[in-house]
Amino acid sequence: MTDMNAESYVTEDGRTIGGVIMEMKNITLRFGGVTAIQDISFDIREGEIRAIIGPNGAGKSSMLNVISGFYVPQEGEVWFRGRRRAKMRPYQVARQGIARTFQNIALFEGMSVLDNVMTGRLTRMKTGLAAQALWFGRAEREEIEHREKVEKIIDFLEIQAIRKTPVGRLPYGLKKRVELARALAAEPALLLLDEPMAGMNVEEKEDMSRFILDVNDEFGTTICLIEHDMGVVMDLSDRVVVMDYGRKIGDGTPDEVRNNQAVIDAYLGVAHD
Amino acid sequence: MIYREAGDFKTSYREDSQTFPIKLDRRAYWTLMVVAFAVVPFVINDYWANAVLLPFLIYAIAALGLNILTGYAGQVSLGTGGFMAVGAYAAYKLMTAFPDVPILFHVLIAGAITALVGMAFGLPSLRIKGFYLAVATLAAQFFLVWLFNKVPWFFNYSASGMINAPERTMFGAAITGPEASAPARYLFCLILTVALAWIARNLTRGSVGRKWMAIRDMDIAAEIIGVNPLTAKLSAFAVSSFFIGVAGALLFAVYLGAVEVGEAFGIQKSFLILFMIIIGGLGSIFGSFAGAAFMVLMPVLLKNVLVDGFGWATDLAAHFQFMIVGALIIVFLVFEPHGLAQLWRLAKEKLRLWPFPH
Amino acid sequence: MPEQFLWAMEVMLNGLMAGVLYALVALGFVLIFKASGVFNYAQGVMALFAAMTLVGLQKGQVPFAHLINTIFGTDVHKFGWELAPWLAILLTAGVMVLFAWLVQRFILQHLVNQPDIILFMATIGLAYFMEGFADLMWGADIKTLDIGLPQGVNAWIDETTFNLFGYGFFIDNLDIAATIVAALLVVALVLFSQYTKQGRAMRAVADDHQAALSVGISLRFIWVMVWSVAGFVALVAGIMWGAKSGVQFSLSLIALKALPVLMLGGFTSIPGAIVGGLIIGVGEKLFEFLVGPYIGGATENWFAYVLALIFLVFRPQGLFGEKIIERV
Repeated sequence: MTDMNAESYVTEDGRTIGGVIMEMKNITLRFGGVTAIQDISFDIREGEIRAIIGPNGAGKSSMLNVISGFYVPQEGEVWFRGRRRAKMRPYQVARQGIARTFQNIALFEGMSVLDNVMTGRLTRMKTGLAAQALWFGRAEREEIEHREKVEKIIDFLEIQAIRKTPVGRLPYGLKKRVELARALAAEPALLLLDEPMAGMNVEEKEDMSRFILDVNDEFGTTICLIEHDMGVVMDLSDRVVVMDYGRKIGDGTPDEVRNNQAVIDAYLGVAHD
Repeated sequence: MIYREAGDFKTSYREDSQTFPIKLDRRAYWTLMVVAFAVVPFVINDYWANAVLLPFLIYAIAALGLNILTGYAGQVSLGTGGFMAVGAYAAYKLMTAFPDVPILFHVLIAGAITALVGMAFGLPSLRIKGFYLAVATLAAQFFLVWLFNKVPWFFNYSASGMINAPERTMFGAAITGPEASAPARYLFCLILTVALAWIARNLTRGSVGRKWMAIRDMDIAAEIIGVNPLTAKLSAFAVSSFFIGVAGALLFAVYLGAVEVGEAFGIQKSFLILFMIIIGGLGSIFGSFAGAAFMVLMPVLLKNVLVDGFGWATDLAAHFQFMIVGALIIVFLVFEPHGLAQLWRLAKEKLRLWPFPH
Repeated sequence: MPEQFLWAMEVMLNGLMAGVLYALVALGFVLIFKASGVFNYAQGVMALFAAMTLVGLQKGQVPFAHLINTIFGTDVHKFGWELAPWLAILLTAGVMVLFAWLVQRFILQHLVNQPDIILFMATIGLAYFMEGFADLMWGADIKTLDIGLPQGVNAWIDETTFNLFGYGFFIDNLDIAATIVAALLVVALVLFSQYTKQGRAMRAVADDHQAALSVGISLRFIWVMVWSVAGFVALVAGIMWGAKSGVQFSLSLIALKALPVLMLGGFTSIPGAIVGGLIIGVGEKLFEFLVGPYIGGATENWFAYVLALIFLVFRPQGLFGEKIIERV
């Protein structure tokens, strides 16, 4: 049995899980009169795969949007790498090293796969307007440098053949993979995946699971993912947060969560009074 | 099998991202450049310069500018005419205030001034999107034209309210004014057009271009992956307005020579440039040229055929011109939103496979 | 009472009248936008086209006379009849329905599910086409439109105000008629969309195309209907404006003012279109009266747009529009 309260520990399959990288403290988010998230706290540790699960409308996506800075919670604190997040625009959050994918694929439809993945590097490309206008020299060198990094990710996700294809023409499963590639291209410290397996068939789900595990394993990327398919999540993740009606009803290893009475009730549908 | 890419392998990322990846295209491009720079100046006369080549080159710059803003960054503007007027009046003020400076600097600084004005009017784009923004840019259009019409300082208190381009030179050759020769004016515009097209190409193939396109395709997602919408949109407005300002300055100083603001830079001009990029192809450098060529040549052609050929009245030909342009806009939007540029690409694709289409 | 104040009052009243006409054109925009999501730039040209057709029919002009004469060497101009105004209006309304059907058949049907901005640009193309077509059909000369609306200064108001304040207000009879007609039209439209089956279907389509389709509403029919209604609104606006300042190209540009009206009022709100129209009408007349003389005049050219622009920066959804919530 591993001690999960230690500063760092090694999992059964030999990955090292470090200290807390992100901590959500007493987050409450409201839309007008509707409370989407009520007083939720949890943390994400370096190198782990953390899942947030829950039935439809539980507030999972809202939570992910809070982490990625798209929604600003009315109450609570977001701590990332030991620092409290001040009021921040989403692009500033991205520059801190948080990348994400979207539930309803948000690729840039007018661009090729390669260009889409290259947009993942935008936070790291620094040449100014003037240097770019002249191209030869700094701009071209930078472009090639980043292209090499991007090509590695393209190889890794096995999408070499569709490099130059406009994204609009791709089937759903491949689009999801390109979106993952774009997020990976940013070399994020924390990768957020919003229902990475939604709408996929079994085979595609298996592929996607393998990529998620590989990403975590090879790059050591910390991953936080949302799913409402329990089965997949339990196999993938190190720790799981369970949400229902905007509240946290469970938090722990997959086994702990599976045996949690509140979680069973939420999924099997015990009457709320 | 003459036009092909087989055997034309790319072994570096640099080669892979060049402007004309196919050898034959590269040859065609360089041939065109040689003809444009070394042959045309010797055969050009006033008719060709005034009816076709000068307006083509100048409108191509304006179309490139609007295409950067609308085609690449996705911000529709109906204020192009107003921004061209800024370029023209800035050039006029500079030309009269600093007569000894070569004309090139007047034109470029006029472009820079337009870039500043464009950024100011681009600020609302952070809050206003889509056709709300398109309508908001009408404010720029109407306000700027009114300004240049009503504030006498801009036209140096001339009695007619018009501005006239005095003679200004570059390397000793007159570029503006009544004495300027056709080859000199043509070469001056050609150099600027080629240089600006090259810059537009560079900006759109690198990270700046990707930021613009990301904002265009999905602004929320763009912000979440780390694009600052403020700088992305404002840089698009600035670069676009610079191009448009240069075009306005050239249109006034080199092409027309004398300008009345409402006539030369009214809302019709905004639509003309917008139509160029729709017909030519949104988000395409080549399309900007194709669209400019089309919109410059079509009236000339109609006039030649209908008026000179059939002896029709000019106003009839003008009505037809409106109808043809309008219908073409609709047809292109319905069937080929990427315009002539896409048709050209498809033709090349066919050609690549010819004579074995399967 | 100080004279300056009375003048301002008079200017305001005239502004209100102009505002009603802006509101009328804006209403046409709102109708089409709500039902088909199309921001119809051609609304102004539709008003011009309707007014030209009305005059042409009423005066018995031969359509395409110039073209026919040029091609066949003939010399036809008029059929030699004059139609009663009501008959001409009815026929023009028929033409607008035909026009609506053509737009649906040849443009809208092919652009379903395209981004809004593409549709918007398509209507700019449509505006250009119609402008050329209208000129080709009826000639580009300025026409006078007379269907027997009252003209001239309203003597009663002039007298009454003179007796009250010692200064007679100049209010045009035509403006008063326009205000009444516009008000009636607005009431009729509201009743139509609230209490008839077609009106309900129209609102359903505006809400959600897919859902409307699934309960058996024909999109094509609704679009033709809505564009017809918008065509009719354009006809009324065209009549009022045409009677006021002649049927000419500038009519389509005045109609462009409906755009800032909409930005103020919100694109989906009928009350918004009316209030926005009145604000712009009064605002631009007052601004020209109070500030115009100091900065060179003719501020009506841009005041509406700049006002709308400044307003939008602070309230992007307009006065009555719904708050925009962004999602991913």
